[in-house]
Amino acid sequence: MDITLASLGSPLTAADLLGLFAHFLVLSLLAVGGVITTAPGMHRYVAIEHAWMSDAQFTASIAIAQAAPGPNVLFVAVIGWNVAGPLGALATMSGILLPSTALSLFTSRWGAKRRETRGMRAFTTGLTPITIGLLVATGWILAQPYLVQGGHPVGALALMAVSIVAMVRTRVSPMWLVGLGAVVGGMGWV
Amino acid sequence: MTTEGHPEPRHQPASPSEIFFAFNALALQGFGGVLAVAQRELVERRRWLSRDQFVEMLAIAQVLPGPNIVNLSLMLGDRFFGLRGAVAALAGMLLVPLVIVTALAAAYAEFSRVPMVSGALRGMGAVAAGLIVATSIKLAGTLATSRLGLPFSIAFAVAAFTMVGLLRWPLAWVIPALGALAVATAWQRFGGATTD
Repeated sequence: MDITLASLGSPLTAADLLGLFAHFLVLSLLAVGGVITTAPGMHRYVAIEHAWMSDAQFTASIAIAQAAPGPNVLFVAVIGWNVAGPLGALATMSGILLPSTALSLFTSRWGAKRRETRGMRAFTTGLTPITIGLLVATGWILAQPYLVQGGHPVGALALMAVSIVAMVRTRVSPMWLVGLGAVVGGMGWV
Repeated sequence: MTTEGHPEPRHQPASPSEIFFAFNALALQGFGGVLAVAQRELVERRRWLSRDQFVEMLAIAQVLPGPNIVNLSLMLGDRFFGLRGAVAALAGMLLVPLVIVTALAAAYAEFSRVPMVSGALRGMGAVAAGLIVATSIKLAGTLATSRLGLPFSIAFAVAAFTMVGLLRWPLAWVIPALGALAVATAWQRFGGATTD
């Protein structure tokens, strides 16, 4: 069995892969407010308890996913890939997605039938300002690494300001702004 | 109530495959996160959702565990075509980006030490942060018509930002506690207006 796994690029045994999958199943249900909030739990499991990867590899996994197109949750696939190749990516991604996907489908159907009730209207009306506050917080947290010493905070701030104004005032695709960021950053100005 | 402040007609996807390709396209434009692109594509370009509907879905997606934008795509797909729509949205969002990101992971070891590459990554990261802030500015317009009233809306938004952004309190505490308070406030506001 383990020989077959090795031929698929997995250094882990079937039991380890199952454990990895199970751990991410649990993390999925704890990931309120986004999967990135469970990154410390993932780090503890793969880098400390099992030492399947180093700290630097863990951080790089998140950076790679952020540089790639697609939802941020893909960093989970990169972690799985770095632990155990394709099977590792399958274990972590299906683990992180299955419970939350089932739950959100079930809940949104349940909620859709009750959209106009006082309870549901209070629920969405109450949560809307919190959602917007959390979005600002996300932008703020993502911006922090570029505003500290070591880089070029002025360049980074200017780049962020241009992105914000262009997004709010024009219909330019965000992709072009990210491309601009890659060029400006490649020149060493961020 | 869904068209308040939005005179333009809403559109509908014609089939699950249109949902698949739409989500594939928006995922591939989404460097450093998909939310900003999703808002632009779904609300401003394709007009499958009004701004209010988008915020409402995002609010629910954010309270539920799991990746917010994935939860939001599932809900949107499900709303138009049931389970087939949800699967189409999920597959569109994840399949091609998954191939790209694993290829990048494999190539990363080679290129991580090139300064231009790490510089470009920093630049893209800074823009990604700016895009999220811009999206929040656009969606903040919905607060003006909220039944909570503007002062309460601003207070809850500022509280959420302060607790999570500045104080770094865990979301698993902030969302239930602050959420309960905000929902209770809204519940009172709806008191006189509805009979159910």
